[in-house]
Amino acid sequence: MEVIRSQKRTPSNDTVSNPKIPLYLTAPQMEVRLEEFELFAVDRLRVLKGVSDGLARGRNPKEMDDLVDTLWKEHMRDPDASVMFNKDIISHFVLRLVYCRSDELKKWFLSMETALFRHRFRLQNFEAQRAIVGEFGLPYKAVTGAELEGLKERLGQVVRSLGQISPTVEAVYYKVPFEEVPDLVASRRVLIQKGYAFVAGSQLVSLVVTQFRSHISKALILTNRKWTTTIQEREKDRLTPIVEALSTSYLGPDYSQSTEYAEISLKDIDQVAKSSFPLCMRHLFEKVREDHHLKHGGRMQLGLFLKGVGLKLDDALAFWRAEFTKKVGSERFDKEYAYSIRHNYGKEGKRTDYTPYACQKIILSAPGAGDHHGCPYRHFSEDNLRAALGRMGLSSRGMEGVMDQVRNKHYQLACTMTFEAVYGTSCDAGINHPNQYFEESQKILKSKTPPAPV
Amino acid sequence: MTREEIESREDESMMDAPQINKPKPEEFFNVNYLRIYYGKRTLFPYSDIHKWLSYGHDGKHPGCDEYYFGRREFSFTLENDVYLRYKSFKNASSMEDAIRSHFPYKIDIGAVYSVDPDKRHAYSQTGSNVFTPVERELVFDIDITDYDDVRYCCSGADVCSKCWPLMTVAIKVIHTSLTEDFGFKHILWVFSGRRGVHCWVCDPKARRMTNEQRSAVAEYFRVYKGNENNARKVALMGYSLHPFLARSYVDYLKGFFEGELQATQSIFSTKDKYEKILAMISDEDIQSELRGKWENSARSSLSEEAISLVRWEQLKNTLQSKKHKAPTLRMCVEEIVFTFTYPRIDLEVSKQMNHLLKAPFCVHPKTGRVCVPIDPNNCDDFDPLAVPTLSQLIEEINSGGSRMDVDDDDDSDTSLLGKSIKFFRSSFLEPLLKSCKEEIESSYKTKIGKSKDSLSW
Repeated sequence: MEVIRSQKRTPSNDTVSNPKIPLYLTAPQMEVRLEEFELFAVDRLRVLKGVSDGLARGRNPKEMDDLVDTLWKEHMRDPDASVMFNKDIISHFVLRLVYCRSDELKKWFLSMETALFRHRFRLQNFEAQRAIVGEFGLPYKAVTGAELEGLKERLGQVVRSLGQISPTVEAVYYKVPFEEVPDLVASRRVLIQKGYAFVAGSQLVSLVVTQFRSHISKALILTNRKWTTTIQEREKDRLTPIVEALSTSYLGPDYSQSTEYAEISLKDIDQVAKSSFPLCMRHLFEKVREDHHLKHGGRMQLGLFLKGVGLKLDDALAFWRAEFTKKVGSERFDKEYAYSIRHNYGKEGKRTDYTPYACQKIILSAPGAGDHHGCPYRHFSEDNLRAALGRMGLSSRGMEGVMDQVRNKHYQLACTMTFEAVYGTSCDAGINHPNQYFEESQKILKSKTPPAPV
Repeated sequence: MTREEIESREDESMMDAPQINKPKPEEFFNVNYLRIYYGKRTLFPYSDIHKWLSYGHDGKHPGCDEYYFGRREFSFTLENDVYLRYKSFKNASSMEDAIRSHFPYKIDIGAVYSVDPDKRHAYSQTGSNVFTPVERELVFDIDITDYDDVRYCCSGADVCSKCWPLMTVAIKVIHTSLTEDFGFKHILWVFSGRRGVHCWVCDPKARRMTNEQRSAVAEYFRVYKGNENNARKVALMGYSLHPFLARSYVDYLKGFFEGELQATQSIFSTKDKYEKILAMISDEDIQSELRGKWENSARSSLSEEAISLVRWEQLKNTLQSKKHKAPTLRMCVEEIVFTFTYPRIDLEVSKQMNHLLKAPFCVHPKTGRVCVPIDPNNCDDFDPLAVPTLSQLIEEINSGGSRMDVDDDDDSDTSLLGKSIKFFRSSFLEPLLKSCKEEIESSYKTKIGKSKDSLSW
């Protein structure tokens, strides 16, 4: 891709006969004006940020389809179809440069581009979808005749297991190695036999999304290499400043450095837990005090949260030690648990400073036997959740609103409503991170307490 | 044993078992026995383990990768809980030497990496992600403590003949799925030494799976989503079971639940027990109806097992007639059966390539039992309390003497460990190596075929 100052742009050769969604398999051979370089990227970034927001708020797939449609029309549309197509391609490749430069940036970009692709794909009709599958060059054959007959009964069972009362088997199924459709396997949405998954036409999206993600992931590594070896230096007066500015503007705070509100000390921790912790962390905290123990998932979720609220390493060690030694003794604590606490603070091993988990991650976790982590709005039974909310001080009227959100699987909205009920104020941004809940809560409480007399 | 005594024993030839006093029944394991176990060449099967983990790369074929074994990570846990990671060995004898100099309490097997784990620091500077796992078996870990909420005979680290059958059923369900659904062929099941089982899927396809794919298989197997915070820990949605769950239910779970489980656990016989089951029925009226029937029955003449069976029939009949009341009742009967019987695997163990897992034929320090293979086609016959212990093996050496060599010609071998090693070889190792060699040969042929083509202009 050539970036030049003000020459007229020549259209790419591949606008002629392609499917509506480009696969970004090769860098476009076209000239781009410098102003467009930045503008196109910013517009696409608005789309990706919108996707990120939607996911954080727990939107279901259909809602995401609509959201993507709206976002795309708002930011990426152009009356000229070939211009729109070129903008799509150029903006993607520019953002690759921006987001290839660190693991965290890569991960975010990969997730958002994959989600964007997934929902754009879902919005296409079946023919267009099949064309895209073809573009990937995937060698999957449709299952027909006697083989299909032999599978019909079990395929019907799969359909019924997914909530459809009549076992109507689709007309077209593809026989695909199970490795190519991990999300369909994980959710038991396909029949698997002798290493092959039988994917319905309507499930094609899974197939292509896996391919898409894998391709982009590899591409980002190559782009990073090119960036660090040649491009960054060569473009230091032209593109590099633009690229560097683009990445810092759109990621939300990650709470790895705590802010001015957030220093807490060990002596206040019980009181602060009661007044400002979100339900998930309150539950974990109470369990630690009660059982003098937490399993690994809980230690991670609560431990990193406490780091985010400003608990220093020494205080953290003191806190966990005080509780755990009541059950396992001081020597075992030092041997088995102190190391991983220090690890969380970036003082051991590869010394990554781990960031506290956002709601999206917590909601998707899988607490098992003996665990207390996860999101109570999702993982608790209704009775247990009501009891917990009661302990937080919710009235039965406030609770109904929350339970309603839970039933509709809007777990973060449920938490937001809880916040609003507890503090008597509205929270328009919506809760998407436990540390955000804490900070907002502290802001409100501090503004209510009168300043200490001099 | 004091340090001096241990050291003076080391002076004696390791090939002769020293005269030790008969062990007390509870003393199944101690450091000296461990040294003999690893010291003699005829107990811990060094060369079988090496052959297995070499996957045919024995250097005898031009297509072999002679450095393959050396890129495998091992870890040792030593006597004082000292933990040594990233150990690697270039061949069987250096593995042997390392084990014989450390006498680890536990040996774990990790992944095959892109470079020697030993030398990872030398490489990681030349670019990102150069030291990375390249191959690793697909593994599963099932531990009976994860079933504590549904077994009444034991809890925690204990296991007995009443609850072990849960492991047997788990093996059957998972093994059938691995072979029938996923098409895997080279599967090794191993006793974990105390209270669970491990599974090693060694097909080339399995070893090359990415973390995402491993996670997918683990989630495919996952049904139980429970802890003390929710009452309904198995939620089967939809109008029927997925074919995998249906087959597991019909072939293994239903029969086990209605038969052996009732006999060993009597899950309906007391109020505490049946209240737990009633809590799984998401309809208060049905709960009350059944509670009413059970609270007031004073049938002391029937056995616990018989009472349980009667109540189960009552529950089934009631649910059958009322299941249309709500979607959550549709498969309530199956949900209860799954809660009590379906395998509960440790997801984290399976999901990541770099996760380490205990090696087969290790000795468990708390029980002294050897981690022997289990035959999935005869797992009903496996008794964890009859597995040879370290002290039994030493006894056998002391009394039986010389015929401890396990060689292939000896069909009449009956030594305690010999049977397990023979099974390991004949049903797992030999078929695996045969298929590995075929693969090495065919991929070599393809490679030279390709390069031949590239020479012709």
